[in-house]
Amino acid sequence: MLWVEIGISVVKIALVLFVVLTLVAYLSYAERRISAFIQDRLGPNRVGPFGLLQPIADGLKFIFKEDIIPEGANKPFYILAPAFSLVTAIIALAVIPIGYGFNTTFFGNLNEPIHVSLQIADINAGLLYVLAITSLGVYGIVLGGWSSNSKYSLLGGIRSAAQMISYELSLGLSIIGVIAIAGSLRLYDIIDAQAKVWFLIPQCLGFLVFMVSSFAETNRLPFDLPEAEPELVAGYHTEYSSMKFAMFYMAEYTNMITASALAVCLFLGGWFPLPFGGWFGIDIEKYWYLPPIVFIAKVFLMLFFFIWVRWTLPRFRYDQLMRLGWKVLFPLAVLNLIVTSAIIVFV
Amino acid sequence: MLEDYLPILIILIFSVLLAGGLLGISNLLGPKRYSKNKLTPYECGVPPVGDARERFSVKYYLVAALFILFDVESVFLFAWAVVFKRLGVLAFVEIIAFFIVILGGYFYVLKKGALEWE
Repeated sequence: MLWVEIGISVVKIALVLFVVLTLVAYLSYAERRISAFIQDRLGPNRVGPFGLLQPIADGLKFIFKEDIIPEGANKPFYILAPAFSLVTAIIALAVIPIGYGFNTTFFGNLNEPIHVSLQIADINAGLLYVLAITSLGVYGIVLGGWSSNSKYSLLGGIRSAAQMISYELSLGLSIIGVIAIAGSLRLYDIIDAQAKVWFLIPQCLGFLVFMVSSFAETNRLPFDLPEAEPELVAGYHTEYSSMKFAMFYMAEYTNMITASALAVCLFLGGWFPLPFGGWFGIDIEKYWYLPPIVFIAKVFLMLFFFIWVRWTLPRFRYDQLMRLGWKVLFPLAVLNLIVTSAIIVFV
Repeated sequence: MLEDYLPILIILIFSVLLAGGLLGISNLLGPKRYSKNKLTPYECGVPPVGDARERFSVKYYLVAALFILFDVESVFLFAWAVVFKRLGVLAFVEIIAFFIVILGGYFYVLKKGALEWE
């Protein structure tokens, strides 16, 4: 029996890896097209219809480019850093549930159908796992920046570390309200607790803090100080070329997917289509494919929001960034938590 | 209990293989035409001065130390939040006391100017 389950896991993992890597490739395309749209340009439109084959061309080009290791670089760390970033970015997705799952008798045993859940690992500390793994991502960036032996990379890496740990604090605090209402760290239970009403409504302040912190955690504009082009060339990956450079990019976009999925899980009702009312009596056992569709649609909207913000807002200055994290978001998250717990106890 | 984590081990193996494969394939297929200038660190075309293993501002260490202090405190909150509903008013009173301690430390740090970034 265990072997069947391991087999199902392997198939699910292969599927998730394929979908995520394709999505990452097309996110780079979407980013360029949407930015072009916002800036009244055309964007990549030459490779294939509407430029849709552009990510494949990019990928091939990355593979056939020269792999430069600058002299004075700390070779083992220089090579490991992008791999570390990518691995931590991918495994963070393992606990995100996208639906209830379904029963199947496909494996022959008709008396006892096997339940296939729509997530890779259903662990009871799921939310802690995501936070722990995503915060490991900072090591890849710092190691990459430090080991390149370039001043721009070093500055980018250190800035990134300071920024990510500052915002991780408010990120962690902003979701404690959600945990207190749901009474569980398992993402599946947290989504299920939103059947009556999305947590966006009782936790709107928490959602605000969470979103701002997520943008900072994923190094996206308006918080992309680690890779601010006008001052730091490209930040921590200035010296990287070919596939290693691409891996940093893949890690960044995968982190964006994780942040979007987490926002959908915690605040935007997961697989429930409307803020109120759950499934309106639809038989979810029968139509098991509806929750994943709703969930993925919401993740796509969040990803679009990430890109939209990037091409709309200007960049923060570094002292403003630190002030926002420590002096605005941290007190706001604490306030949100106190108010939430008072309401839970006294109302 | 522990077998819940088995799929995470599998995805870890898969993604390590993927990352290793990507590194290997570009190393294998990419051209290797090294020259002295290509390998120098990029500094906008100017010959690099010294190397990058330099000291950096103490502010960053301070931020790291403060992060550890406050993050260890927020770890307790996770455990508290899971059982909060079952414990009721007592847990609420206790968490208020906990927050008074945290905010005391926070305002001390604020007053000392540790969060000023010039």
